[in-house]
Amino acid sequence: MIEARALTKYYGRHCALRGVDFRIEAREIVGFLGLNGSGKSTTLHILGGLMAPSSGTVRIDGADLSGPSGPEVRRRIGFLPDRPPVYDEMSVRSYLRFAAQLRGVRPGARSLSETMAQTGLSDHAERPIEELSHGYRQRVGIAQAIVHDPDLVILDEPTSGLDPVQIGHMRQLIRSLRSRHTVLLSSHNLPEIAQTCDRLMVIRDGQLVASATESELRARMGSETQAEVETSEDATGALVSAREAGLIRGFTERRDLVYLVELSTRVEDLVARLVSDGVGVRRVQPTGSELEGLFRALTEDKAA
Amino acid sequence: MSAVWLIVMREVRSYASTWSGYLVGASLLLLSGLLYNVYGIGDVPQYSRDVLRNAFYFLSGTTLVAGILFAMRLIAEERQTGSIKLLLSAPISDSQLVLAKFLAGFVPLLAYVAASMYIPLLVFFRGEVAFGHVAAGALGLVLLGSAGVSIGLFGSCLFKSQLVAAMVSGVIAVVMILLWQTSKIVDGPLGEAISALALHDRHFFPFMEGTISTANVVYYLSVTLFFLALSRNVMEASRWRV
Repeated sequence: MIEARALTKYYGRHCALRGVDFRIEAREIVGFLGLNGSGKSTTLHILGGLMAPSSGTVRIDGADLSGPSGPEVRRRIGFLPDRPPVYDEMSVRSYLRFAAQLRGVRPGARSLSETMAQTGLSDHAERPIEELSHGYRQRVGIAQAIVHDPDLVILDEPTSGLDPVQIGHMRQLIRSLRSRHTVLLSSHNLPEIAQTCDRLMVIRDGQLVASATESELRARMGSETQAEVETSEDATGALVSAREAGLIRGFTERRDLVYLVELSTRVEDLVARLVSDGVGVRRVQPTGSELEGLFRALTEDKAA
Repeated sequence: MSAVWLIVMREVRSYASTWSGYLVGASLLLLSGLLYNVYGIGDVPQYSRDVLRNAFYFLSGTTLVAGILFAMRLIAEERQTGSIKLLLSAPISDSQLVLAKFLAGFVPLLAYVAASMYIPLLVFFRGEVAFGHVAAGALGLVLLGSAGVSIGLFGSCLFKSQLVAAMVSGVIAVVMILLWQTSKIVDGPLGEAISALALHDRHFFPFMEGTISTANVVYYLSVTLFFLALSRNVMEASRWRV
């Protein structure tokens, strides 16, 4: 179990973190969201043991990360920064062996081959890292973070710069970590977070403004997504009535029989309402994920 | 294998697998050879011991530069590429990290000093000097070089740019060398104290003459430890702002 209490961080006179508290249970995958400059990276660096907080503590199963036993506690953490911390001239195998031994894993331990298999690097084990594509470098980055079998794995933007296929692979890989690790995942890819994480933590201006599952947040914030709805006949009257009923917050007609609606409930409820009003629905396409709406609401306007 | 030796071995392999280390070493060896031929031997007959003293004098300059150049990348490059985060998140203390990095710069320095010994050995085999003179000079070079590595490591801890790190380290070394000149314009105990801090002059000249004194050995070890301690403090402070 990872517990952060009253984490505060000052850079000179600028306060980057203001008394952040949270708990992450074992084997949880937690998404960490926040705008640039919100204190997200500072929090991750503190949790990764790279940086000391100005005040407050991080405990992993009761052991203080900033205390005298800090270096030992770091053995229980795997950290993938926004840029994989690799040595280009080394081969994948020698780099991972180095990373493992640095964390006290004995040479030749099974974990090395297991990790390479888990991260899909077995076929590239002897290749120099400088020859790898961006996607494979990210895999090497994740591999170094898990090769010593840590309790907590921190992944800072692991899908940054990856193409959709690589993102799919990375998502599977991150999900596979759940069996052995607690994962804290930071990403700007909101669908990624939604599909991968059990719980979300949102930070704004150095303060944690939400910590809940996506559905809990949705229930708390109300749904704020948009959807494009194509109907078989004019739906203006039905949409006005849906707005009065509180199912949508507004709508505009994009082109003939195609409407952009601001949902304030589930899209299924709107479709049911339209059908019951005698309007045929040909197509419904969300234009922004519900998570995006939540993210905007939490980071820009109001706290949950 | 301890984390310190792991880092040392990785760094040494990295030096060995790239051109930069060889290039620095070869260039400085070439420069040493030229200086020795032009100024060390000269065109007037000299005693072998004087030629050997001159050889160590020129080698001391290139060895100090080699120490700084070998060290300039040790932390700066890691910060530039981001690989420092692997080391900072590893279960090692800042003291261990600094020690490992120092040794990683010290090993190629030893190789450089060993390679540069062809000049004193030429004098030894072709002239009439005691082997102890050669050994004392070599020890002096190793000690001076170790101070250079620790000064270079300090600069490397301060800056992301290797070039800036090397320049600042070079300035520190030059200022420390020039202290012997400064001491000449300061009277009394203060002048004596400044002279005692000078990096080259009174501490290295005895090695050039073939004399090993405990005070001079302790001086170079102290300079090395002083800059290692400063480097550790910089690394520790960097944890307040990565």
